[in-house]
Amino acid sequence: MQSPPSAMHTAAPHITLAEGLRLPTNGLDYAILAIYFVVVLGIGFAARRSVKTSLDFFLSGRSLPAWVTGLAFVAANLGATEILGMAATGAQYGVAVVHWYWIGAIPAMVFLGLVMMPFYYRSKVRSVPEYLLQRFDKSAHLLSSALFAFAAVLIAGVNLYALAIVVEALLGWPQWVAIVVAGFFVLAYITIGGLSSAIYNEVLQFFVILAALIPICVIGLKKVGGWDGLTGSIEKQHGDNFMTAWGGTGIGDPNPLGANWLTIILGLGFVLSFGYWTTNFAEVQRALSAKNLSAAQRTPLIAAFPKIFIVFLVMIPGLVAAVLVPQIGAAGSGLTYNDAIPYLMQELLPNGVLGIAVTGLLAAFMAGMAANVSSFNTVFTYDIWAKYVVKDREDRYYLRFGRLITAIGVLASIGTAFIASSFSNIMSYLQTLFSFFNVPMFVVFIIGMFWKRASMKSGVWGLVAGTTAAMVNYFWIYKQGVIDIPSDQGANFVSAIVGFVAGAVVMVAVTLFTAPKPDAELAGLVYGTEPPADDEAEAAAAGDDAWYRKPALLGWGAMVLATACYIPYSF
Amino acid sequence: MSDLQKEVSDLERKSATAARLFDIRLIIGGLFTLYGVIVTIAGLTASDADLEKAEDININLWTGLGMLALGLFFLAWLKLRPASAPEPEE
Repeated sequence: MQSPPSAMHTAAPHITLAEGLRLPTNGLDYAILAIYFVVVLGIGFAARRSVKTSLDFFLSGRSLPAWVTGLAFVAANLGATEILGMAATGAQYGVAVVHWYWIGAIPAMVFLGLVMMPFYYRSKVRSVPEYLLQRFDKSAHLLSSALFAFAAVLIAGVNLYALAIVVEALLGWPQWVAIVVAGFFVLAYITIGGLSSAIYNEVLQFFVILAALIPICVIGLKKVGGWDGLTGSIEKQHGDNFMTAWGGTGIGDPNPLGANWLTIILGLGFVLSFGYWTTNFAEVQRALSAKNLSAAQRTPLIAAFPKIFIVFLVMIPGLVAAVLVPQIGAAGSGLTYNDAIPYLMQELLPNGVLGIAVTGLLAAFMAGMAANVSSFNTVFTYDIWAKYVVKDREDRYYLRFGRLITAIGVLASIGTAFIASSFSNIMSYLQTLFSFFNVPMFVVFIIGMFWKRASMKSGVWGLVAGTTAAMVNYFWIYKQGVIDIPSDQGANFVSAIVGFVAGAVVMVAVTLFTAPKPDAELAGLVYGTEPPADDEAEAAAAGDDAWYRKPALLGWGAMVLATACYIPYSF
Repeated sequence: MSDLQKEVSDLERKSATAARLFDIRLIIGGLFTLYGVIVTIAGLTASDADLEKAEDININLWTGLGMLALGLFFLAWLKLRPASAPEPEE
């Protein structure tokens, strides 16, 4: 699933690359790309021998070290639509793009690690919907499982389609070739190696994408005369606010984002980002595969540190492109905002590094798709098939079924990608629609985790009410112009706040009239209950008590660092 | 303990990942060392056109050396602190 900003701004069908962006690739670049594809498959085959149970296949046996799951946590979100989309946001809105990282990701990641992870990990749930089943009832569980499974395939397909467009523009491959080739590789390495293979590839992709983006930033900055040259040119072209994070965000002030400081903090920073980072299974799954509670808590916290700095690697190319092509995004320039990074690759990178950059981009597309596929198969097998269709079979059966459904999921995404290429409007509409189902997830979780009385039935009603309210606000109040909100982006933030409040109110109301869950069934799921004694989860590995592995220190350190990063862009 | 917790604990005991999964540091180290060597060589043999395109930075050389250093770092880490896999139970 996509992170909150991308869901609106870079809904992949909108990724259209300009003509004439063909890269001057040569044999060296293709050799670098070919080596990567071989390694990707190799990881899949090498991971195969570690898959013995369904838990190995879907959650790596809950046994990976924290630095691996932490980097995978960042990389699962660092898909190519995110990279191209955030560079586009930088080119369009300027430094305000930092909000999606420092306020729109870090607090939520820290909250997941410090506050929510003990409930997730200790209760041994294998997916986010499974938590809802334990905490609420089957209706909340089935609703969220089905929606998640459907949305994951949809987004995997859209990712694949976006990859095809980019590959066609940059390398000249026909779209169907790119869709089939990338789909095949993802199918192969996930079906064979399971989540371990997906996670290992994500860690590798993380480093390759850094090796691709850093050279672009270095040369790009030199070309526009360093940071000072960049700031000077931008302020001349776009005004002073373009280089500040908060400039022009007073309530009632016009700014290109169409949002003010309150909707940024509450809508983006609180509702949307907490909903995405703490309840989206494609992310949480990485933490659930960690080897013990300490490692699971550290997963999003370790991820937070690279996340703080990655924004520079996407913002700088966006700003540099805005300087080099002042009309970027306008009809006459021949370039859309999404072209920022491909344009700089074409203009600045010699063969060799160019091959690394192409590899990084393709790796990011495949990882974005693989994260969705590897969370889809888990939810479909554990939450839908094993609970409602074929129950109580031996574990081997579910492992086999998991492999089968992975293949079906990939084929369905390939189908979705082809549909998207003919009906891109429908796809972007569907994506907008699905983004509203994420809105109330966080309110249901937070009330469920911290209010013991919240009744079994309140879960599903909170989900339904929050989604409905967010949709009504977006499609009726905003689109029909009942209230004037300047942009889609701003309307999206407001809809999130409305959905959150509606979900909370309905949950409280329903709880007052329906039965609570028996205390005994809530043990370990809700704040203030005693978790059942479990030595394995608690068993800290040797060295886990080292000061630099303390979750609280890591979490608060990330918060302080993110806040400090705001200072140079706030005055 | 709930049924779910029993089931998952049981699966955790049978799981083979911890004992059998290879160490990713080997792959990162190997791939980046190889990429580092290739890209460094491209940097050492860079043409004037390459240099001019990249604003007179020998970007292949620097990127190649950076990747090589990262690759060697992972290989050294693996060598100095090998993973201590728990004993397989069978």
